[in-house]
Formats: sequence, C-alpha cells, structure tokens
Amino acid sequence: MAAAAKAESAWETVIGLEIHAQLATRSKIFSSAATAFGAPPNAQANLVDLGYPGVLPVLNGEAVRMAVIFGLAIGARIAPRSVFARKNYFYPDLPKGYQISQYELPIVAGGHIDIVLDDGSARRIAVTRAHLEEDAGKSLHEGLPGLTGIDLNRAGTPLVEIVSEPDMRSAKEAVAYMKKVHTLVRYLGICDGNMQEGSFRCDANVSVRLRGAEKFGTRAEIKNINSFRFVEKAINFEVARQVELLESGGKVVQETRLYDPDKGETRSMRSKEEANDYRYFPDPDLLPVELDEAYVRSVAAQLPELPDQKAQRFVTQYELSGYDAQVLTASAELADYYETAVRAYGGSPKLAANWVGGDLAAFLNRDGLEIAASRVSADALAGLLRRIGDNTISGKIAKDVFEAMWDSQQAADPIIEAKGLRQITDDGPIEQAIAAVMIANPAQLADYRAGKDKLFGFFVGQVMKATQGKANPKRLNDLLKQKLHG
Amino acid sequence: MHSETVAGLIAGLRARKYSATELAQGLLERIQRAQPELNAFISIEAEAALAAAAAADRALASGSAPPLTGVPIAHKDIFCATDSRTTCGSKMLANFISPYDATVVARLRAAGAVVLGKTNMDEFAMGSSNETSYFGPVRNPWDRTRVPGGSSGGSAAAVAARLVPAATATDTGGSIRQPAALCGVTGIKPTYGRVSRYGIVAFASSLDQAGIIARTAEDAAILLRSMAGFDERDSTSVDAAVPDYVAGLERPLNGLRIGLLKEFFDQGLDPAVEACLRSGLEVLRNQGATLREVSLPNLPLSVPTYYVVAPAECSSNLARFDGVRFGHRCEDPRDLKDLYERSRGEGFGAEVKRRIMTGTYVLSAGYYDAYYLKAQRVRQLIASDFARAFGEVDVLIGPTTPTTAFEIGAKMNDPVTMYLNDIYTIGANLAGLPAISIPCGFVTGLPVGLQIVGAHFAEERILNVAHRYQRETDWHERAPEAYR
Repeated sequence: MAAAAKAESAWETVIGLEIHAQLATRSKIFSSAATAFGAPPNAQANLVDLGYPGVLPVLNGEAVRMAVIFGLAIGARIAPRSVFARKNYFYPDLPKGYQISQYELPIVAGGHIDIVLDDGSARRIAVTRAHLEEDAGKSLHEGLPGLTGIDLNRAGTPLVEIVSEPDMRSAKEAVAYMKKVHTLVRYLGICDGNMQEGSFRCDANVSVRLRGAEKFGTRAEIKNINSFRFVEKAINFEVARQVELLESGGKVVQETRLYDPDKGETRSMRSKEEANDYRYFPDPDLLPVELDEAYVRSVAAQLPELPDQKAQRFVTQYELSGYDAQVLTASAELADYYETAVRAYGGSPKLAANWVGGDLAAFLNRDGLEIAASRVSADALAGLLRRIGDNTISGKIAKDVFEAMWDSQQAADPIIEAKGLRQITDDGPIEQAIAAVMIANPAQLADYRAGKDKLFGFFVGQVMKATQGKANPKRLNDLLKQKLHG
Repeated sequence: MHSETVAGLIAGLRARKYSATELAQGLLERIQRAQPELNAFISIEAEAALAAAAAADRALASGSAPPLTGVPIAHKDIFCATDSRTTCGSKMLANFISPYDATVVARLRAAGAVVLGKTNMDEFAMGSSNETSYFGPVRNPWDRTRVPGGSSGGSAAAVAARLVPAATATDTGGSIRQPAALCGVTGIKPTYGRVSRYGIVAFASSLDQAGIIARTAEDAAILLRSMAGFDERDSTSVDAAVPDYVAGLERPLNGLRIGLLKEFFDQGLDPAVEACLRSGLEVLRNQGATLREVSLPNLPLSVPTYYVVAPAECSSNLARFDGVRFGHRCEDPRDLKDLYERSRGEGFGAEVKRRIMTGTYVLSAGYYDAYYLKAQRVRQLIASDFARAFGEVDVLIGPTTPTTAFEIGAKMNDPVTMYLNDIYTIGANLAGLPAISIPCGFVTGLPVGLQIVGAHFAEERILNVAHRYQRETDWHERAPEAYR
C-alpha cells in the first residue's frame, strides 16, 4: 500500500478498458445454434461452430442491430460500411483456427460515456470504437486429469467489444466507467450483464507516468476480468507493481497479464515478443456490412430513455439531487420501481428516493436480490411512505415496519396496527414521559440548565425510550424544550 | 449408353430404352475397369449408386420424376456428401465422413441425379496436374503417360473416358477449364456467387466456384440449371434468378462481338495450339460473329496476383485441420504444440504446405501491405480491365492452356513452371467472371481447349456460343481410342 500511496502523489495512472459484452441474441452471430447459457458441453454447437470443412458463416442481423443501438446510445458514428476480418491463431477452443472479428473498419466509431464519481464529480470517457466479433469456446480441465476438454457452446456467441480511449486516471474511474457501460447495455436490452457467466467482462490496459509527463508509460494488459471488484483490485495492484518497479530503477515491459483473484495479484501471461501475429485480413466468406441512413434511423427509433436522460428527468421532475438521480437510474428496473412507488404514494419524491436508495437498496444488497425480486413491492413501499407522510409513524419506527414488511411480505398498515406502533401525537402522554425522565435524571437536568446544551439529545433519547419510540419527534422536541427550560 | 450425352440419357431413360439401374451398372463396370489405368476415382459408391438408381427407376415409373432422374454423375471429392467419405485428395481427410451434404450435392440429388462416386483431385484442389493427390495421380485417357490437368483431373478424365457423362468440379484458378482442355471435354466455371460454395472444402474462398465438366455445352447447361442459384447458407452467393440455360443455347451468333485477348496470344502459347484456336475462331466468324483484338494490360499480372491471394486465403482456411475435431491426428501427441505440428506435418502434402507457408508469409505483420494489399489492388485493376473490355465486346476468347497435356512428373519439381499452366485461366477467377473451355482440335493426338469468357452472370451467353460452335464441329465427340 505504500507504493499505492506514493502513486497518488508522484505518479499518474492511465487506464483504457476493452469491454466484451455478449449480445443477447437468441442464436449465434454466424450460425443458427442457440446461445443460452448452461447447456451440456457442445450441445449448442452446430457444424458452423465446430468449423467443419465446407461450412460458411452467415451474419445474424440482430447482432448488427444491437451493435448499432449501442453506438447510437453513446453518440457514436455508425459506419455505413464495416468489414469482418479473420484473426488467425491456433487454439483448441478456436475451431476454425481464426476468430471472425472486425479490424480496420468497425461498425461503431467514436462516442463517449459520462461517469459520475462518488464525490459527485463528473468525467467524460471517450470511446474509440465498438466492433462485433464472435466469442471462442472454453477449454475445461476440471475433472479431466491429464486431459483438456473443449466446450464449444460459447463459440460463435456474438460479442460487442467496446474499446475506450486511455482516459481513466484511477481504478475508481475505471469501475465507474465499467458500471456505466454495464447499466447502458442492460437499459438497451442488448446484454444480460451477467458477469458470473462471462456475459460482461473486460481487459484493462494500465500504465503509469510521472505527473505532468506527456508520453504514456509502457502498458500492461490485464485480461479477462469479470467483476467490478476485481477490476478495482487488479488495477490497484498493477499500478502499485509498476510504480514500485519504476521507483526501484526497473522498467515496465509491454505484456499481457492475468489477475488472480485468490492471490489478489496480476502475473505475466505472455510478453510482446511472444504475442501472436494475428495476420488479420478481410473474411472472404462474408460481405461488408452496409447500413443505410434509413436503417440507422429505424434503429434510433427503438432507443429507450437512456440512463443519463432518465437521471436528468428525475432531477427536474422529482427535484432530486444529481446523486440520488444517478443511484435510482442505475438500472431501468430500479428506476421503474421508484417511479411506481412515487406515483402510488403521491407525496414527497425525495422521501421515496431516500427509501428506495436507502433501506430498500440495503436489504436487496444484504439478501443478494435484484430489484425485480424485491420482497417489498413498490406499492407496498408507497403504503409505508403514506404512514410516514401523515405522521402515523415516525421515520425511525418506519424502519422497523419496513423490516417486518420485508420478512412477512405484509402491507405496512396491518403491521403498524398489530404492533401498536402508531405514533403518539397527543401532548399528555409525552408530557408524562418527560416528567418521569426529568425526575429520574436530576444530575443531567442540573448540568443542562447550567448550560450543557449537548445533553438535549440525551433527554430526547430517554423520552423516546420511555415511549417505545412512538413519540412524534417534532412534538417531543417542542415539549421537551419547554419543560427543560422550566 | 456410355457415349450418350446427358440430354440423350434423359430422353432414353424417359423413353424406357434402358433403366437407370442398367445405366448405373454399366457405367460402374466401366469405372471399375478403368480405375487401375486412370485412377480417376477416389471412392466408387456402387451400393449407394444402385440404390439411388432403383429409386430413380421407381420415380420414372411413377411419372413424376425430377429433371435429372436416373442421370449418372460423379462428384469431385471436394464436395461434402454424407454417403461416402470426402477426402479432398488429402491424407488429412482420408477417412473423413461429412455429416452433411454440400448444397450442390443436395440440389443434384433432389434433381434426381445418381452419384456413382467421388473423383480424384489435387490435394485440397492445389495443383494443375492432379499429381499432388494423396491417392496418386490421375492419368490422361488420351495418353496415360500424361497428366489430365488439375485440380479437377479426376472429373475431366472420367468424362473423357466415358465413365460418366458429367461430373461436378471446382475452379479456383482454372481447375475446371484446364483439365477440361487437356482431356478434350467441356468445362464451365460460372460467375463467382452463381453456385453455392456451402459444403465445398474451401481452398481460396474469394476465388472458389463450383461448375460442371461434361462433354457438351448443352449438358453443362442442363446440369448447371439444377446446381445454380442463391443459397442462404452462403453469404457470397448471389440472389438472382437462374435463367433457363438450355433455352438460350440455339440463339444465332449474328452480330456477336468477340474480343481476342491480345495478352493470351503471347510467346508462351504453343504455335500448334494457336493454329487450332484460329481455325476455331473461323467457325464462329462463319456464323456471323465479328472478331476484334482486345487488350487487358494488367492481365499478365494474374499469376503473381493469384499466388498471393489464393495462398493467403488457403493458409487461413486450412487452419481448421488441426487434429482436434476431425481429420488426421498424429499418434500419441506429447502436448498441444506437438499435436498441431505432427498432425498437420503428416496430414498435408508438399504443395499444400508450400501454399500455407506462402500465405502465412504474405499476411504477416510487415509484409501484408507489400503483398496481400497490393495483390488485392492489382486484382481490382484486372477486374476493371475486364469490365472495360465487356463494354466493347460480348465475349472474350483465347486459349485455355499454353500447351497440350504434359508428361506425368515433367513439372513436379518446378512449381513456377507448373503455376504458369494456369496463366490463361486465372484472370476469370480474379475478376469473378464465368468462363468455359471447349475442345477445338488436337495437336499430335492431344486435345486443345478454346476458352470463352463472359461478363458477370453471362453463363447463358457463353454456353450459347459454345453450343453453336459444337453444332458445327465434332471435336467434343471424339473419344480416346481405349475408351470409346
């Protein structure tokens, strides 16, 4: 960590990401085989995927549409003509001995992704290009001592590879960028975003340079990282490694590295010298992809409200902070949940935002649930908000009610009634409780009256305790002030 | 029966002069008898053929038989077919059984054709003499000490020797036309995209095209009609209607503008071959065609251009033969690298390796621009030359090969001389044009071919010219003495 701390001062980190997002097409990019995850090995590989002699690829138009809609969503140029090329190398899970990808003429060029960091600062990350390609299969070693198994179910699954400019300056920015792209592809419905199944993964190009230097340092490419947490850890490790190396007089070599999540470190996979010469050339089996303006317009018409647009609308329509709007638009499903709750509640959108972004998010997170699987529906949450809004319960009690709702999947009202949690708003019972607390704590009372204002909180707590938290906080405050000043 | 044309057989079968079974049996006997002398076949599928012939007879009896019902043919062993092995002339695929049928195979089967076997060929279609086949060379029926040409040498020899009336073939740089010329038969390479490549073991994807070797242009037209057309499984096949090639055969040649390819009448052309050609041109002129010389200045660059593009594509296309999923696998590989190196080292022959090496080189970092990219530019220039020429003339005519069939072994140790054998045929592949070779005479008992090149999708026109030529000549009716 010492080196990492130093990196903050003298060294600047430079990161570019290559994100691979599997497109949610039903069939593969060049064959009619299904793309569903989890089938028995090779059950979803047909002769085209197996690279049999004489078979030919036929482009799946749906993959093209998905790449185009992504390009439009990031403000990129859609190439009127893009070309598939062959990337030649030998590997057992690459059946044809080449991967069909786009090289010189990608389908999407330019564009950008705007990110907001935890401190609220915003940055714009430029996207160099996004191109279509086919995924490779998988080599399996588990349970096959001394052997390598090959599963070609994944071979030919469409990918869009999104290449950023080296615009990120910290691991946190890289994570924010990756999360934003993740949000976007799910909004667009072009990728399920499932990182455990490998549907969304990235390679990180990492280098460091002395602050103020113009030239980039030599970079290392960390391959195939499949979680946000690992991206952050891998980059931080790599930055520390490079800084340490440079500060001890060494040199960073251009190489490909792998992140080992068990050890929390990156290690060398192959150097530049060992790198393949891929001998790219245009694939003669496929025609160039030619897209006219009418086609691009028809895809543009399918664009849903994008995360940034939705966040902006939340700020104006619901008068939320930029931060709240970001949180609530992290997924289309979450945003829909919020809007349903606000509509059903009819009261303060800010209160609803606090609950959706606060307690609800915490419970989902605790139980590892997606918003779609929430145990408290948007309508049920609205019922709880109504009781806070009309002062039936306090915000504090509401937390207990929410937990009970989560556990029992009951509505708020029956829980409030059954547990007698209705707020005490009559002065009588509150005054009685105050009087009892003052008698029980003469020393604190004396100190308070001698000027120790901080003790006010102590009395609030004691009275709340005496009323089992049901006292209306505002009424309690007012009455307590009167009584203490006696 | 064996000297009957496809057109004649269709009529004979329907008139019940003979049954499909009798026909198949008779030809299978001829094939068996000729096999030790010519080696034209890699697989002879008697059982499957007789079953198909029996089915054809039933269909003929029922009165609802598709156009080629009972017509015996052979497939070049580059077409994947489920009912026999598909070797592509290589040790690599010596025992490969395809799990699917090539589109050409499926279409001809649907049209009722009876497949007698798979014909011999240069390994992976790389060769001009059929000497690179793992299954041994094919011999020319006109002189068994000579090559039949290649790579479709087996198909050409089988048709010339009257073992089958027609056979499928493929042409990447002349592999239909050159053997057709050297064996004295008719061979058509259609426009690139006219016939589906699906199921053809790929050599050079941007050049490969399937066609037909038969004895007459009419037979070629009949078969092509059943093979051609769009195939959704081949993105490079063209979605355009297939004309009735037979219907256009008789069109008179009045006013036909013939361009003589200046660059083809060069110093490499055997004067005796040229003499045959010139007299052939007279036959066309007598029917009202006009002749003029046409120059395609970039055409002499065809051979070097081809020998960059074709090996580049082949080096990538043949990468799938890695010993992992199908094809030859070495014994007891030590590790992955050993598996690749020995499987490929043992499975491929010398010419295939030479082209893989050449292709790998021209695509390598630092050489790509100088070789592959430049070759593609020259290819564009050659295509433009042709396009310009077709603004002035209807067809281009020239020799198919510089010489007649050469002796087996004569050029095997000199690849460049061997490559020059395709000097007149490669241009049509680079430009994607249809071209046909027809017999136009003999030099010391060996056949000479005349090549007619048409504009894109002008198959109908070149078949028409070839047919009108064959109506006035009998070169295509001559048979080698031993196979009459």
